[in-house]
Amino acid sequence: MLKAKQNRSLKLDINSRWIKVASPIVAVLLALLFTSLVLIFTGTNPLDAYRQILNGAFGSTGRVSDVTVAWVPLLLATTGLLITFTAGLWNIGIEGQITLGAIFTTGMMRLLQDSSLSPAMIITLSMLAGMVGGALWAGLAGALKTFGGVNEIFGGLGLNFVAMSLTLWLIFGPWKRPGIGSMSGTQPFPQTLWLPTLDTLRVSPWAVILGILAIIVIYLLLRGTYFGLKLKAVGKNIRGAYLLGVPTWQYMMMAFFVCGALAGLAGAVQVTGVYHRLIPSISSGYGYMGLMVAMLVNFNPIWAGFVAFFFASLNIGSIQLPIVLKLDSALAGVLQGALVLAVLMVNGARQRLLRKS
Amino acid sequence: MKVDLRNIHKSFGDVHANAGINLVVPGGSIQGILGENGAGKSTLMKVLSGYIHADRGEIYLDDRQIKLESPADAIGQGIGMLHQDPLDFPPMQVIENFLVGRDGGLLSKKRSAIRALKGLQQEFDFSIDPDAYVDSLTVGERQQVEILRLLWLGAGVLILDEPTTGISTQQKEKLFTTLRKLAKQGKTILFVSHKLEEVEELCDRVVVLRQGKLVGEVNPPYDSDQLVELMFGKVIPSGELRSPKFGKSTLQLKDICIEVGRLRIEDVNIEVRAGEVIGLAGMEGSGQNLFLRACAGLIRPVGGQVLIKEQDMTRSNYRAFQRKGVAYMPAARLEEGLVPGLTLTEHFILSEGNKGFFINWEDSRQLAQQRILDFNIRGAASSTVESLSGGNQQRALLALLKTPLALILLEHPTRGLDIESTIYIWRKLKERCLEGTAILFISSDLDEILEYCDRVLVFFSGRISPFLDPSATDVDQLGQLIGGKGWSKVFTSQRNGNVESQTEPVS
Repeated sequence: MLKAKQNRSLKLDINSRWIKVASPIVAVLLALLFTSLVLIFTGTNPLDAYRQILNGAFGSTGRVSDVTVAWVPLLLATTGLLITFTAGLWNIGIEGQITLGAIFTTGMMRLLQDSSLSPAMIITLSMLAGMVGGALWAGLAGALKTFGGVNEIFGGLGLNFVAMSLTLWLIFGPWKRPGIGSMSGTQPFPQTLWLPTLDTLRVSPWAVILGILAIIVIYLLLRGTYFGLKLKAVGKNIRGAYLLGVPTWQYMMMAFFVCGALAGLAGAVQVTGVYHRLIPSISSGYGYMGLMVAMLVNFNPIWAGFVAFFFASLNIGSIQLPIVLKLDSALAGVLQGALVLAVLMVNGARQRLLRKS
Repeated sequence: MKVDLRNIHKSFGDVHANAGINLVVPGGSIQGILGENGAGKSTLMKVLSGYIHADRGEIYLDDRQIKLESPADAIGQGIGMLHQDPLDFPPMQVIENFLVGRDGGLLSKKRSAIRALKGLQQEFDFSIDPDAYVDSLTVGERQQVEILRLLWLGAGVLILDEPTTGISTQQKEKLFTTLRKLAKQGKTILFVSHKLEEVEELCDRVVVLRQGKLVGEVNPPYDSDQLVELMFGKVIPSGELRSPKFGKSTLQLKDICIEVGRLRIEDVNIEVRAGEVIGLAGMEGSGQNLFLRACAGLIRPVGGQVLIKEQDMTRSNYRAFQRKGVAYMPAARLEEGLVPGLTLTEHFILSEGNKGFFINWEDSRQLAQQRILDFNIRGAASSTVESLSGGNQQRALLALLKTPLALILLEHPTRGLDIESTIYIWRKLKERCLEGTAILFISSDLDEILEYCDRVLVFFSGRISPFLDPSATDVDQLGQLIGGKGWSKVFTSQRNGNVESQTEPVS
């Protein structure tokens, strides 16, 4: 009798594990199916398009390096968002936080570039300034929520627009290039102030190290510390957490600060390692994409790195599309969006299935 | 409507919550369903109301087999369930709650709903403002709204899961009158409870569940001893401990005024000493909750002083109170007391506070297991709190209290618990009193108040009685005071005695 029961629960376990493994595959297939339908509708052979994307992302060492260049800021934004999501916060304002990180970094570099400090020192200080900038901008969204009762989604969205305007004002105003300001951004910094790269490739090992370090730190923070557990409690039931002795609004603010600092670091990498100047769309949409990645991995840090890499390769890979197939590179966005929706859908279906069995 | 459940099975993991239950309830009767916590009562009722699917078994309504995929299906078939923790929408108005779940055109028929609500209220003698927000209502009132809503949706079978927990005696009487009236109208009532007296008073027939099985069916006249034995399989001796000597001042209120919404509590002067147990009686929403929250810094009084261990804490928040050894245990377990989604281990880690930066999971798990054993919680260290039964959640809350504590403030500490758990929880609390902890608790169970507390305070629409001696009063007098009668008498008779609370009548 007991044995039969054990057998049964074992079977159930296997079933649920099987479903767990199968569901992401089903989701990917669904997303591919949807994207293929869109492609067929536009008169393109989907297989051609996918081959081009693969080729565009992994066709050469240079391309893989480009994927990595996109991966780092996306990963940094995603790790930050894991913190705010854990605290139950929708930090839509992450775009603005990346932007402010870039602005602070640029500002600090402009301040120090003619000083006698070593380039390594200047870059380090500037990136730290970027983290402070992102954290402050996030703190603003947090303060609006905590003290002003403004939902962080609306506050963040508003601050994104402010950050955007601030960038444009700087590029066309105080920081404009000698002569006339242009959409191509501020005057590029001298090559000595670039984040060092490998040979002729565009990727900087320093940036990659920062990204990997960030995900490890966040993983440990969420997994094994009082800080992480308290954030989780705040995110799941703020009133319960308060009665259990968690200082709730302080933890929400801390979540904003940590996320903002990581977003600011993403902005700093964009300035020091990628564009070497401030450009109007310096955040490159990595904040919004990070939101997608975080949702896709169900807020699990272990998967965040891989999925962020996948998204980055879609982005870089699709750059080929307009050239070869006369398709817009926004196809990557279609595929990414479809994937998020498919995964959420399959997850919902899985939960129903498990509840029934 | 005749309800016929046949061979119902339901398992959650390894727990066989319902193991082949057969139950026939004829229409127009009140069926009592007794059992201790975790006996499978709630599961069976949730199966009948479409909240969960049975693994096996059939449901017949008037000899017609029905399939229930969701609560909406159930209510469509005329089966409505009133849950232990009301499943309503707190930030909405009563009338909006009423309209939710009602099929209908695009335009909600608010006016006709208000008319229907008022009609039903008149029929059952309820008085709830349709425009009030649900979170401003008491549990008892929310329950009344739910009953009316289910009736309005056409429920012919009404399931009530522990409906008398957390409501006052008066509200209970009203509820019973309502249920009798409904049964006379031909409706079928399933009354789930673990309170013998209530079941004996109200029900036409009683079945008893134990460990997922139906172990007995009893008709009146009931024999309490027989029912207890069916429920527990053994007879429980009721133990009692009284702490005779009280220590230093633990809590002192000086000229406290509290004002929230329409309710105003004025000029409270009270002192509670170490080791004392104070019971707060009153109808739901008479001010006792506000009072208790003010004692914990969860509500800031508009005037006066709160002293904990002779230190002024008036301007402090709950976290400062916690550091002084004050703990607050709310009645809404999953909404306020615990964090759904976190495991028992994680709860104990949170309540214990930081020990360094990193969590030692192995130690924490051991601590959790120890507490689970100490407090007789049926659940594993890795169980999430929402997977526990109500009684086990309550034990978990109790297990989360730190030691030592100066003052424990409890809302309905044994609400929804069986006799065994109730006795157990009070034994644990009394042990703390012997260590010098003072306890203030709200209860709507007057017997509980008279049995366990050293002094009683009665609340009536913001007025607070002087301290009453439980040995000098009885359920009748308390009941009258709760209902607002006999107030002048307690003031005059105690004016020269042990008067520590004086409130002017508000009016």
